[in-house]
Amino acid sequence: MPVISIDNLVKTFGGIRALDGLDLRVEAGEVHGFLGPNGSGKSTTIRILLGLLRHDSGEARVLGADPWRDAVRLHRRLAYVPGDVSLWPNLSGGEAIDLFGELRGGLDRRRRDELLQRFDLDPTRGCRTYSKGNRQKVAIVAAFSSNVELYVLDEPTSGLDPLMEAVFQDEVRRIKQAGATVLLSSHVLAEVEALCDRVSIIREGRTVESGSLAELRHLTRTAVIVETARPVTGLDALPGVHDVREVDGRTHLEVEPAHLDELLGQLIRFGVRALTSTPPTLEQLFLRHYGDERVAADDPESAEAQRAGTR
Amino acid sequence: MTALTGTRRLARLVLRRDRIRLVIWVLGTPLLGYALAGSVAGIYPDEAARQGYATTSASSLVARAFNGPIAGTDVGAVVVAETYVTLALIVALLSTFAVTRHTRQNEETGRAELLGASVVGRYAPLTAALLVVVAANLAAAALLAVALTGAGLPLAGSVAAAGAVGGVGVAFTGVAAVTAQVSVTSRGANALAAAVVGLSFVLRAAGDVLGDTSADGTRVESGWPSWLSPLGWGNQVRAFGGERWWVLALPVALLLAGVALAYALAERRDQGAGLVAPRPKPATGAAWLLSPAGLAWRMQRGTLLGWAVGIAVLGVSMGVAADEFNAMIEQNPAAAEAINAMGGGADLVDAYLAAMLGLFALTIGAYVVQALLRIRGDEADGVLEAALATAVSRTRWLGTQVLAAALGTLALLLLAGLTTGLGYGLVTGDPLGEAIALGGAALLRLPALLVVAGVVTALFGLLPRRSVVLSWTALLVFLLLGQLGAVLELPQAALNVSPYTHVPSVPAVDPAVLPLVLLAGVAAALLTVGVTAFRHRDVPS
Repeated sequence: MPVISIDNLVKTFGGIRALDGLDLRVEAGEVHGFLGPNGSGKSTTIRILLGLLRHDSGEARVLGADPWRDAVRLHRRLAYVPGDVSLWPNLSGGEAIDLFGELRGGLDRRRRDELLQRFDLDPTRGCRTYSKGNRQKVAIVAAFSSNVELYVLDEPTSGLDPLMEAVFQDEVRRIKQAGATVLLSSHVLAEVEALCDRVSIIREGRTVESGSLAELRHLTRTAVIVETARPVTGLDALPGVHDVREVDGRTHLEVEPAHLDELLGQLIRFGVRALTSTPPTLEQLFLRHYGDERVAADDPESAEAQRAGTR
Repeated sequence: MTALTGTRRLARLVLRRDRIRLVIWVLGTPLLGYALAGSVAGIYPDEAARQGYATTSASSLVARAFNGPIAGTDVGAVVVAETYVTLALIVALLSTFAVTRHTRQNEETGRAELLGASVVGRYAPLTAALLVVVAANLAAAALLAVALTGAGLPLAGSVAAAGAVGGVGVAFTGVAAVTAQVSVTSRGANALAAAVVGLSFVLRAAGDVLGDTSADGTRVESGWPSWLSPLGWGNQVRAFGGERWWVLALPVALLLAGVALAYALAERRDQGAGLVAPRPKPATGAAWLLSPAGLAWRMQRGTLLGWAVGIAVLGVSMGVAADEFNAMIEQNPAAAEAINAMGGGADLVDAYLAAMLGLFALTIGAYVVQALLRIRGDEADGVLEAALATAVSRTRWLGTQVLAAALGTLALLLLAGLTTGLGYGLVTGDPLGEAIALGGAALLRLPALLVVAGVVTALFGLLPRRSVVLSWTALLVFLLLGQLGAVLELPQAALNVSPYTHVPSVPAVDPAVLPLVLLAGVAAALLTVGVTAFRHRDVPS
């Protein structure tokens, strides 16, 4: 049974459709990356999963229960780190951590002290005086020092320095090893690549891509720039080769990973002098997804043309 | 001067942000003044009535303490005595809150940092706020002068009276400029400024009580403490009683001194910092803190302590004054008759004590609103979201806040009754007996305050975004109905809107159970509505 399952989720705020038929499935024991540009509905989805917002239609289940009706029971089994942590200004960091832990049903004191040390956080300072990064650390320490089945992390590392980012990644691996499930919403794609087993990409309240990183990579093309002794011909006839362009005497093209072999076979005949091949990063995948669709959406004529072409 | 670069732009921003508040302020004060002047003039139409009013006011220390020194038998003098203190307090608080809102609150929220990084001089935000608030005070004063003249009062006196009210606003603008530099939080800055307002009130009351009565018995010359109080200066202008125009220079001087001090402090501190360095706090949460109730107590205790100190001081003074009131009545049968007509009770001291307890109940209403609106602040900050993502239900979270506010109210009411009784008993020789009797009488006000709590809770549940403004508005309406409803001769149906109207005025009358039960029922219904609505709405919204 999936830990999180969302089907056709719709949530509107006034006239704005924040979620428009979103699907999401997170299996037990996996670290699931949740990606999307600002305003695409990530935080709204997470708030519905936490029973803070009530959805209009569709279905959302967390750990087999209804997040709105069974909120309190569910919250004993999950920990949440918001993207923009705000704390009670007159409490100290240590007090805030203990309060969150206790409200959640108890925390592991030994882990708490260890995490404070690892994240280099001074618990005696007032929350009012913390920087954004330090407030984020308070929420992370509070979440990771409780032993729960599910961690919901909404852009948890925004404001952390690279050193702390590394500590954070270690901690995510630790809780994964302990068997917990993690939903990680993030803009740091390197972090997602390093940690996540599977990712879902959403846009304008809908899921546009979901799968393991390998699967997603498979869907994307490798960018190749090649300089040859003689002008290359016959590329258009090759399967899986796209966007061939000549720029400053070099050939730029994109190729589907499955057809890389055929491409190299063809190029070799023209005397390769230099070749760079850039495997698709998550970032490219992400940008491609948004870049392409945005162009289409911004330009009704080309969108019209595309539709006409497929007909 | 580069330190002021961008002031005009920022002033426009202040005007834009406060366009509705400022209009209400600038138009509301004169309108209130006009309405009050008209009805007071109607109540005291002839010289004989005003003569009686003036001699009573001058001989009653209670009237001096609450209405200030009477400046003769002109209609205007009576209007000033009846309205000046209320208007001055309103203007003083409006001015301080407005200054804090556009200075310290911006720093607290981080907005000032964004502004400070743009082409804006160091003093520009403070200067812009002060300019707008002073301008609002001047505009309101000018309109008030027009309104008073329009109500048929002499021109010179109208201008002086309006200047007196405006001067209070200007003076406290200077005070708030300083408190906004001292405290790190806007709440703290407002509390400090409000404490100065309170101190001014006490100094003025003391000076006016200590003052001398003129030979004809219709004027009071205040003692020296009144001259230390910006609230007192307004009375010293003596509008409608031989105006002393030079006194209007005092608030301007205080404003300039405050602004100079504020600039000096702003120069010496970092943005976002106050004047007190932060100390290390506990590294771990004490066991009592780690629950919704513990957190509520932790959040409330400072506020409660401040309220408790204020109420205790005021309670004892009111109680002691009650006996003095008794002595005054014995000397002055005419005054006794007048007050008897106003109070309505058989025993005049009991009527006085009941009125004082009613005033306390109104004031404690502000505590109720303040305490309950904290949860809305938490929601707007985002911390409520984090709290509700833990294993605590919404009902428990909100219920705990309501319970904490109710217990705080109970404690403050009890304290108000006990200290008033203690003060009265100390003079009459039965401190314990009076304390117990008035403590019990004070507790009868609890159901009305629970209705206030219910109103705030219902607004928080149903209209969260508007709850702050609407809650304070509701309390203000209750206050105006209670304090001025009778003066304005409003119909009973309007007065019935306020829960305070339904409280039996113990000890002046015998306690009645039915209205208390009904009030409690209304409170319970409102609280249920609020909690239910909160359970079914989005957080944050």
